[in-house]
Amino acid sequence: MLDKNGIAQRIAKEVKDGYYVNLGIGIPTLVANFVREDISVEFQSENGVLGMGPFPFEGEEDADIINAGKQTITTLPGASFFDSALSFGMIRGQHVDLTILGAMEVAENGDIANWKIPGKMVKGMGGAMDLVASAENIIVAMMHSNKAGQSKLLKRCTLPLTGVGCVKKIVTNLAVMEVTPDGFKLLERAPGISTEEIEKATEGNLVIEGNIPEMVL
Amino acid sequence: MIKKTVSNVEEALRGVANGMTFMLGGFGLCGIPENAIAELVKLGIRDITCISNNAGVDDFGLGLLLQNKQIKKMVSSYVGENDEFERQMLSGELEVELTPQGTLAEKCRAAQAGFPAFYTPAGYGTEVAEGKETREFEGKMYVLEPAFKADFSFVKAWKGDEAGNLIFKGTARNFNPCMCGAAKITVAEVEELLPAGSLDPNEIHIPGIFVQRIFQGEHYEKRIEQRTVRTKV
Repeated sequence: MLDKNGIAQRIAKEVKDGYYVNLGIGIPTLVANFVREDISVEFQSENGVLGMGPFPFEGEEDADIINAGKQTITTLPGASFFDSALSFGMIRGQHVDLTILGAMEVAENGDIANWKIPGKMVKGMGGAMDLVASAENIIVAMMHSNKAGQSKLLKRCTLPLTGVGCVKKIVTNLAVMEVTPDGFKLLERAPGISTEEIEKATEGNLVIEGNIPEMVL
Repeated sequence: MIKKTVSNVEEALRGVANGMTFMLGGFGLCGIPENAIAELVKLGIRDITCISNNAGVDDFGLGLLLQNKQIKKMVSSYVGENDEFERQMLSGELEVELTPQGTLAEKCRAAQAGFPAFYTPAGYGTEVAEGKETREFEGKMYVLEPAFKADFSFVKAWKGDEAGNLIFKGTARNFNPCMCGAAKITVAEVEELLPAGSLDPNEIHIPGIFVQRIFQGEHYEKRIEQRTVRTKV
């Protein structure tokens, strides 16, 4: 079974040379730590920066340079700043090659819910609805089940939706899956996890064809 | 040169009244119009509608107006990090219209650019699209979103000149440029107000035509919401 860093490490392998990538808050943010150093990638933050770098050294924080999580950041050579309309133009116009975000639930038809739990405090969708409705290439980083042990990969989402039919790939602590017309197609197993364990933890339809390889990190 | 300078924040906010709709720039606490917010608190005007990506924190930014119960309605994309907001929202004192962030930005830009509405894929099939017109273009579904209408836009820039030209810094740019000229009156506060001719016309982000009043702000706190650092090795 993978931990959060393991999920991020596996997703980092999906990041290719020349990609502009938008990382969501949570596990997706960790992906930046595992991207190969011999490829050129630029990270976009929806609040208006392309070419995000690591956190600043202590004493070098600039209140005017933050990421979408409101954390102080730095920029790398080649970086640029822009306004929010242009930022979402980049996203909506599909100029961003890969979007990685978290989810509370994903359904076998690619629906995603990640912004609202009715009855609880609603914080808002931020940029999530724009991202999922627009991106061609969306990878969801999530735990396979919630803390109560219930599957988060469902036949139909139970929570209010963020977007419909938009998720393409999912990486969880147990598996890598692709969303297909027949449901979640199992591509890889996490180290030490059996196909049966993944099947048991998946409420939606899981498609298993042939021998499923164990993932290589 | 058409001069846009006003001498202070009091003059800049002349005409604001109860029940008005305001746009306020900023992402979190980054790039917020600190002086205009402080003046709105001082003026104590009530029942206002605020169009702003976020709602500040309990003791800073729009949180100050919330504490004072001056806000009737918030139009935002993300409103966490604020206990008073949560209390007022759950008790029904505060009306909240959650809007996807890109849609929020474009509704400002549409008002600025003279579009009555636009189609966006964001929110299609979700509760955000309920009651709204939808349409298919080349096999994909879109939601019709109207432009915002507002009485005042309060924006914050880094540098500005007497003609109202603005230059922003870093990610403090965010919603500020989109809100310029998107309301009946745009009020810009800047860290540094310069004579006309001091700024290179090639480097202006927002031309003064979109700004009606400009003043030099004072005492910028620029509070950092999440101070994240790494240690030198």
